[in-house]
Amino acid sequence: MRYAMAIDTKKCVGCSDCVVACQTENSVPVGYCRDWVVEVTDGTYPQLEIEIRSERCNQCDNSPCVRCCPTGASHYAEGGIVLVTPNKCIGCGACITSCPYDARYPHPDGYVDKCTFCIHRVRKGLEPACVAACPTKCMYFGDLDDPNSKVSEILKVRKYKTLIPEAGTDPQLYFLI
Amino acid sequence: MREELIVSGRANPLIDPHLHIWHWQIPLYLFLGGLAAGILFFAGLYTIMGKEKSYPAAVRRAPLIVPFVLIIGLFALLLDLKHKLFFWRLYTTIRLESPMSWGAWVLMLVTPLSFIWAAIHIREIFPKWNWKFRILIILDEFFTSQKRTIAWVMTISSVILGVYTGILFSAFNARPLWNTSILGPLFLASGLSAGAAVIMLFSKDHHERTIFSKIDIVIIVVELFLIVHMFMGFLASTQVQIEAAELFLGGPYTASFWIFVVIMGMIIPIILEVLELKKFKIPILIPATLVLFGSLMLRFLISFAGQESRWLY
Repeated sequence: MRYAMAIDTKKCVGCSDCVVACQTENSVPVGYCRDWVVEVTDGTYPQLEIEIRSERCNQCDNSPCVRCCPTGASHYAEGGIVLVTPNKCIGCGACITSCPYDARYPHPDGYVDKCTFCIHRVRKGLEPACVAACPTKCMYFGDLDDPNSKVSEILKVRKYKTLIPEAGTDPQLYFLI
Repeated sequence: MREELIVSGRANPLIDPHLHIWHWQIPLYLFLGGLAAGILFFAGLYTIMGKEKSYPAAVRRAPLIVPFVLIIGLFALLLDLKHKLFFWRLYTTIRLESPMSWGAWVLMLVTPLSFIWAAIHIREIFPKWNWKFRILIILDEFFTSQKRTIAWVMTISSVILGVYTGILFSAFNARPLWNTSILGPLFLASGLSAGAAVIMLFSKDHHERTIFSKIDIVIIVVELFLIVHMFMGFLASTQVQIEAAELFLGGPYTASFWIFVVIMGMIIPIILEVLELKKFKIPILIPATLVLFGSLMLRFLISFAGQESRWLY
């Protein structure tokens, strides 16, 4: 099993519903977020191109955050999802510094927090909150090992990219381009 | 032209605009850890070489401050933690892939050793010291008889501690400025040079002071060599590392790095120490303080600038 997410940059309008859905679902403390929207403008007026990306933890297969964690609080859970065990986390900040995507933040309660692909929902057979809330249906979530999952199907037919693949993290967040 | 904007509420106050998660605590500890490693290294080395008599400051006096140095450093580390009461979690596991786990365990070895070493040399400062309890007297005798073994363990573990202070940073490929293996030897050299400076301050013996002056000059030259190589490596590397190096080569950290670390912390001390060897009267306090200052600034600037360097996307 290998959970992954594909996000269609052509369909995304950057409404930030995914951000709000995540904050609500996961009780993210005010002022923090587990996902965010990036807008990239390329070119010179009037020849401009825009790419909108909803970004979050890339649930890397070769996660620098898991490798550098001194207590084993950061670990791989089912389907390759990277999780933090709050009771093991000492809040040393090594994982925050080690993440090339800056996807982690220090929770005010003293541990490091990040996107979990809404594992509590996924275990019940639901989609992550961001995917479920997206009004343009531009996000696809599923198991890459299952050739019939939504994410496998879309990656078969569309061109995609990952973010900073050269960092060697083997990210599992795919952006359709 | 390419412009990138974060349009949603990515308002993590501790992360943006740049990821600055490690404040003064980590660089201060890295300096104190390097300093402790430097002092213990020379103490162990000269004991192994059987030259305890001719190097009293290096072997017996300077190491007396190491327990205090390490305690301040450990306290800084504790302050850095967000979950302070959970610090013991570091010692419930050994994670070979995590530099911080290595660092925690090495400290677990070095800190007691530094206490033992200070304890068996405490009569250097308090000649009438009496341990009072029988068990302590027996322990004192036992450790004194095992001095050479302790010296060996201390020398090796202090090198690991000194290198570790750099490896902690260089293991992060997410921060291009840190992602160079030269940081390990560079921080070790900086720690040894700081250690030599403290030994010079403690030394009352002209011969010993001259030797450590010469050692310090050699180490500083090695440091300069490593710094030049670090920048050569960056400039010949990928775009992210070129941009990282530019933080120090025209970027916001240029003046502080070259003035505080290179000129004040390395070049002026070398000139002063050479002049002293040429029989000019120079108070040892000046070059030694400058070396310590440069060593501290090196940790701070690399730590802060490193957290500003990042991948492009």
